[in-house]
Amino acid sequence: MSGTYETPGGTHETPGDPHGGRDRPGHRAALALGDDALVLAQRLGEWAGHAPELEEDVALANIALDLLGQARTLLSLVGDEDKLAYLREEREFRNVQLVEQPNGDFAQTIIRQLYFSVYQELLYGQLAGCRPEDATPVAALAAKAVKETAYHRDHAEQWTLRLGDGTEESHRRAQHAVDALWRYTGELFQPVEGLDVDWDNLRATWTTSVRSVLEQATLRVPEGPQSAVWAAGGGRQGVHTEPFGRLLAEMQHLHRSHPEASW
Amino acid sequence: MVTDTAAASPRTAPEADAPTALEAELLRLAGSVPDPELPQLSLADLGVVRAARRHPDGRVEIALTPTYTGCPAVETMAEDIRRVLAEHGHRDTAVHTVLSPPWTTDDITAEGRRKLAEAGIAPPRPGGPAPSGGPVPLTLAVRCPHCGSTETELLSRFSSTACKALRRCVACREPFDHFKELL
Repeated sequence: MSGTYETPGGTHETPGDPHGGRDRPGHRAALALGDDALVLAQRLGEWAGHAPELEEDVALANIALDLLGQARTLLSLVGDEDKLAYLREEREFRNVQLVEQPNGDFAQTIIRQLYFSVYQELLYGQLAGCRPEDATPVAALAAKAVKETAYHRDHAEQWTLRLGDGTEESHRRAQHAVDALWRYTGELFQPVEGLDVDWDNLRATWTTSVRSVLEQATLRVPEGPQSAVWAAGGGRQGVHTEPFGRLLAEMQHLHRSHPEASW
Repeated sequence: MVTDTAAASPRTAPEADAPTALEAELLRLAGSVPDPELPQLSLADLGVVRAARRHPDGRVEIALTPTYTGCPAVETMAEDIRRVLAEHGHRDTAVHTVLSPPWTTDDITAEGRRKLAEAGIAPPRPGGPAPSGGPVPLTLAVRCPHCGSTETELLSRFSSTACKALRRCVACREPFDHFKELL
């Protein structure tokens, strides 16, 4: 896509450095949200051909495609989307750790989606709510994508109800996923510079919403901490969990092996 | 292609920017391009071509809005628009993607809805004062495009393209695509 980006000073060519312009607050915000979308799209793409049923295969791929579209728009605000996706090292990614967590079983994928989509819909909703004359490029994307995100959230909710209130086995697995991913949810409410968001309100609304779905699904709401005691920082600071390196290796190896390849 | 996320909406453009006759013709030509994924519909039927501008030096700019953020057809649409305009002598055309204001299924024309139904795809239900930004509560029935029954059920919110859901008719048992509402 475009090799240029806009600033109030005019249109600039993307510098050879793939992270051009990243120090501006607006760009840091676009990078954080763009990386969330890119990494979760990559994870969901891993389900292609493996989902429990054909309709679900299509659904997960559709959600991945929506997220990839968001990522392309957001990363293009920062610089060259391909260089940003394929040529950054692990510590340069700013996504939350939740989205890089492995797919695990289907329950883990669905609970990860529930936690993230509820967050993303609320976050985009707040960003989209600004006055049109104040709309930043990130807010314009949020206004567009929030409607798609509502479908993702709805999908994750429906499956959470089915799995939680389903069989003994599906309930056990769903509860395990709810508990295992809980420690990655605190990071969602860490303020991102350059975003005009009421983070306390976001946390409160997220908690109410997720709690209500889990209770309806007969699942126990975890009481443990929402961040790991061993965390030396979070994804927004470029600190990632071990599975992320393997995700990047798979996502980037083709581009790195065949630079500039196209078809 | 350039994504211009903050572009001013042509709907709110000042009157001084009113399109010229040539620009109206360019808009018509761009709108005549068939949608790559639903070739029964033109881009005008879909309501995705927002504006055409012709600069004094002959350069043409077309503003295109995606249905879904990740719609993979956007690049093909842009290519097709450039090709059609080139065939009509406009060889220097740039297609910009605009996101604001977001496209909604209410931008699909009446003619577009008719063509969707004819192609076996249930058209989106019209908006109105529905709660914005969410799946629309299933109040109005989605009619089966094959037998016309309103007894239909949702199989999956996601189907063959980002913009469609998969449903089944309870009366004739045929599955069908439904262009789902985005309001």
